Amino acid sequence: MPIIEADGLSKTYRVFQKKEGLLGALRGLFRREYKEVRAVDGVSFQIEPGEIVGFLGPNGAGKTTTLKMLSGLIYPTTGTAQVLGHVPWKREDAFRRRFALVMGQKNQLWWDLPAGDSFELHREIYSLPLDQFKRTLGELTDLFGVGSLVRQPVRELSLGERMKMELIASLLHQPQLLLLDEPTIGLDVVAQVTIQKCLRDYNAQRGVTILLTSHYMRDVEALCRRVLVITHGKLVYDGPLARIHEQFGQTKLVRLQFENNECPPGLERYGEVARREGPVADLKVERGQVPEVLAAILGAYTVVDMSVQDPPLDQVIAKVFESGSNGELTTKDTKGHEGKK
Amino acid sequence: MKYAKILRISLVERLVYRADFFVSTLFRFLPLVTTFLLWDAIYDSSGSTEFGGFTRDKMIAYLLLVQISRMFSSMPGLSGSIAHDIRHGDLKKYLLQPIDMIAYLLSYRIAHKLAYIATTALPYAILFFLCRHVFTSFPDFITFSAYVASLVLSFMLGFFFEACIGMVGFWFLEVTSLFYIVGILNFFVSGQMFPLDLLADWLPGWVVVLLQNLPFQYLAYFPAMVFLEMKTGWELAIGLLLEAAWAVFFFLLARWMYRLGLRRYSAYGG
Repeated sequence: MPIIEADGLSKTYRVFQKKEGLLGALRGLFRREYKEVRAVDGVSFQIEPGEIVGFLGPNGAGKTTTLKMLSGLIYPTTGTAQVLGHVPWKREDAFRRRFALVMGQKNQLWWDLPAGDSFELHREIYSLPLDQFKRTLGELTDLFGVGSLVRQPVRELSLGERMKMELIASLLHQPQLLLLDEPTIGLDVVAQVTIQKCLRDYNAQRGVTILLTSHYMRDVEALCRRVLVITHGKLVYDGPLARIHEQFGQTKLVRLQFENNECPPGLERYGEVARREGPVADLKVERGQVPEVLAAILGAYTVVDMSVQDPPLDQVIAKVFESGSNGELTTKDTKGHEGKK
Repeated sequence: MKYAKILRISLVERLVYRADFFVSTLFRFLPLVTTFLLWDAIYDSSGSTEFGGFTRDKMIAYLLLVQISRMFSSMPGLSGSIAHDIRHGDLKKYLLQPIDMIAYLLSYRIAHKLAYIATTALPYAILFFLCRHVFTSFPDFITFSAYVASLVLSFMLGFFFEACIGMVGFWFLEVTSLFYIVGILNFFVSGQMFPLDLLADWLPGWVVVLLQNLPFQYLAYFPAMVFLEMKTGWELAIGLLLEAAWAVFFFLLARWMYRLGLRRYSAYGG
């Protein structure tokens, strides 16, 4: 049975339209005009137990709104969802004991107390038996490598340490589903990598299902085999991360090294020259034309070395976001994912 | 009991701020001194020995006792923090975790009050000792029990009343002016400035009757009057019953507002 089953989830907000200037503000006191904003528009997907799925999209695309619906904070305008077998927005305690939502920008630990005190509070809130709590806490502090910091006031911790504590707090009740909204926001690369490793290890050990949003492609590449891409409230891609290149990266990057320490002229006819430095040139070539172009170049020049690469993932994603906003993409491909079965 | 544990942890947290408590208590006495001086001047210049049944000593005793009432009934920051949580989305934690906001805040507030009373007991004891001459007699056991009951009820009433005010934030984005108005109004009609009996001289009778049945008087006036044995017999019994009724009323109102508010919050925001 899938852990998350979203079926046609839509959320429409009514946004007050403030008129310009004082007169407009006065008019607004008596008659208000509202605009309907579709934050999420007919989103459907399923997530199986143990998966780590990345949820990508530009700011305002509807990621957080979707997470809020799945965690029961808000209910949808239309559509349904089953999370861990519950309808999330009914907020039954049985449901709330089995998942956790961590928002990288929100602090749930008590600022002036050691994290250990906040953990105690969590133990009470979730009514965890003492021995189980101690065991879980011991395992988690070992895994995250923060055992010695548990008694230090939270305000004295670094951002990375604090995020680890936040994650520990949300894992104490051993949730089966972890919803993460920007878990590495503001962290330096080292801290990001540690958090990624912790999450990966925890997922491997406990089989917890994770759905995470992030603006750092590195997080997604390190953790997720499958991604969902959402723009303007619509799901535009659902499938393996590796195939996002095939679907959206229309070009490949061909790197050529010529002899004699300089590039020959006339490369422009094969594709856009992205970079030219000494004997090395980077060419952007349409995916389908790579073999012909390579054959032609090898026939015309003496090439010392060459490679064909996908462009960096974040560039591809940026393109997906852009194309979504132009309405070029449809959701026809969203069923074609080959996630873990 | 999970809320008892929350209380204990909150208590630890509050005690982190004991220096803040201590300083704020000291400075709370300052306005009290000016109020005393003001009443001294009023009694001196008017030439009369009593106002609305209050002699000069009784007035001082009343004003001291009002401080004790406020020690139980005042809820600094409660409505503001609820409105803040609603507005900034911090309300989430009560929706995501198996916990009830009002019960949680109540546990937290009890801890806050216990810490507050513990840290201010000594300065208050000194103050009352210095002013001991204004108290003619100590109330008997039954009166004192009624006094304690009125204080506990004033805590409950104050808590649920302020919680309701804070939850207005579910419906209106900006509520600070409302808090301000309620605060100012409360200051006068709860009898913090002077005993409500004095109003009988300049306000129409029905207004005084209204004020004496509103919930505000229980936040300051009523407990003080119980201690001074100026509410006795039936008046005392009915007063306590009415106080309990108001506490229950605001408890139910708070639950109702919380339910409606969450429904609205889940539909529009979050």
